[in-house]
Amino acid sequence: MLDTLIEYMSFPFVRYALIVGVLIALCSSLLGVTLVLKRYSFIGDGLSHVAFGALAIATILNFTNRMIIVLPITIVFAILLLRKGQNTKIKGDAAIAMLSVGALAFGYMMMNLFPSSANVSGDVCTTLFGSMSILMLTKTDVWVCGILAIVVTILFIFLYNRIFAVTFDEDFANAVGTKVNLYNLLIATVIAVIIVLAMNLVGSLLISALVIFPALSAMSILKNFKSVTIFSAVSSMICALIGIIISILAGTPVGSTIVAADVVLFAICYLIGRIRG
Amino acid sequence: MAVLSAKELAVGYENQAVLENINFEINAGDYFCIVGENGSGKTTLMKTILGLQQAVSGSIEFGDGLMKNEIGYLPQQSVAQKDFPASVFEIVLSGCQNSLGKKFFYSKEQKKLALSNIKKMGIEKLKNRCYRELSGGQQQRVLLARALCATKKAILLDEPVAGLDPTVTEEMYELIKQLNDDGMTIIMISHDIANVSKYATRIYDVNEGRVTC
Repeated sequence: MLDTLIEYMSFPFVRYALIVGVLIALCSSLLGVTLVLKRYSFIGDGLSHVAFGALAIATILNFTNRMIIVLPITIVFAILLLRKGQNTKIKGDAAIAMLSVGALAFGYMMMNLFPSSANVSGDVCTTLFGSMSILMLTKTDVWVCGILAIVVTILFIFLYNRIFAVTFDEDFANAVGTKVNLYNLLIATVIAVIIVLAMNLVGSLLISALVIFPALSAMSILKNFKSVTIFSAVSSMICALIGIIISILAGTPVGSTIVAADVVLFAICYLIGRIRG
Repeated sequence: MAVLSAKELAVGYENQAVLENINFEINAGDYFCIVGENGSGKTTLMKTILGLQQAVSGSIEFGDGLMKNEIGYLPQQSVAQKDFPASVFEIVLSGCQNSLGKKFFYSKEQKKLALSNIKKMGIEKLKNRCYRELSGGQQQRVLLARALCATKKAILLDEPVAGLDPTVTEEMYELIKQLNDDGMTIIMISHDIANVSKYATRIYDVNEGRVTC
């Protein structure tokens, strides 16, 4: 088994997949805690469907670098969703549900109307579940992913105290002069970036898992914000690593194997939390 | 001179005034209570004072060296906070966010300040405990300690005893009284008129629209 692994490691695309996978897992887990605590868990899901729709458009328009289209569209929708307007006619969860199924239907329709390859259902499946795309990353993709992941992580570390303040109590933060709207905007943008990145790894249907599970695992056993954040980051990276390795050895799809690892970890953490009371 | 004064103030949502003709002055060292029944617009008034929403008309002026972002605020608890994984120290320290300025991390002095406010509120033993495991009264003390980190002059409390049992309510009032005796200006929103009149130096009734002493 180890020999197989070492043999696979000699391929550059496998190494790329590992690096990118672990980096994406790191950034998606960082903001997961904030999203879960702000009751925004579903936003990741909604946005991933938007990204799916955007990707369909980019494919039709035949863009060589599809990020140029997908990233801005997803960011715009992230900002729209996170802007908690008091005077919106449609409530938050309904808006997200509406947007996500709408984008999904639109994207699928577009892909069928203007097929870019002979195998439409294969394309759709890849986009939704991210099956093989992680193994087809180019060197440029790895660099883009790496740089964005590092930017997100550094941003998170430096703004950690403010993100905590805004997450725990928006009204208090606002009252003492913290620019809450600015940070919400930033959080929305970063989430959009992470989702577009993570689409390569697990596909658009499974992204939420990457955002939510590490945070929930950490929250069920730990009791302060710093340790929750660190634990979810580390556990998310380990799950991604384990998931990718298993998928290589057992030939399972990458995305769902990573998510399965996250689910198992959550179950363990939840049990430990329960036993300890 | 008044630290905070409302002049011909009208508050409400989307230019619809809920309360009008609000006039009062709060002086340094006051124990000032804003009372009224539920739904009378107290909370709207408070949010306007804090700058969380725009006044419909009129103005709120700060004076005597008090800046708008130097009011410590004790909000009512939100649902999201009930299962928030944060230690008492982390939450109290976040009260220092307005003195963070352009810096990213809290300094030693700010950590000391947080610690001293934790001591002041008598919750030193709970310092590393998780917020969601505390009782209602303990949580209020944590949030009060956080409010103290944000200010040296004035705190605004929104229904600080809501949901607390009688003994803890009494303790909470004593704690606030103590702060007032130490020179802190107290602005409190409450519908508990009976208790408030025992402690407050001045009371503003939103229904009558005037200040009584």
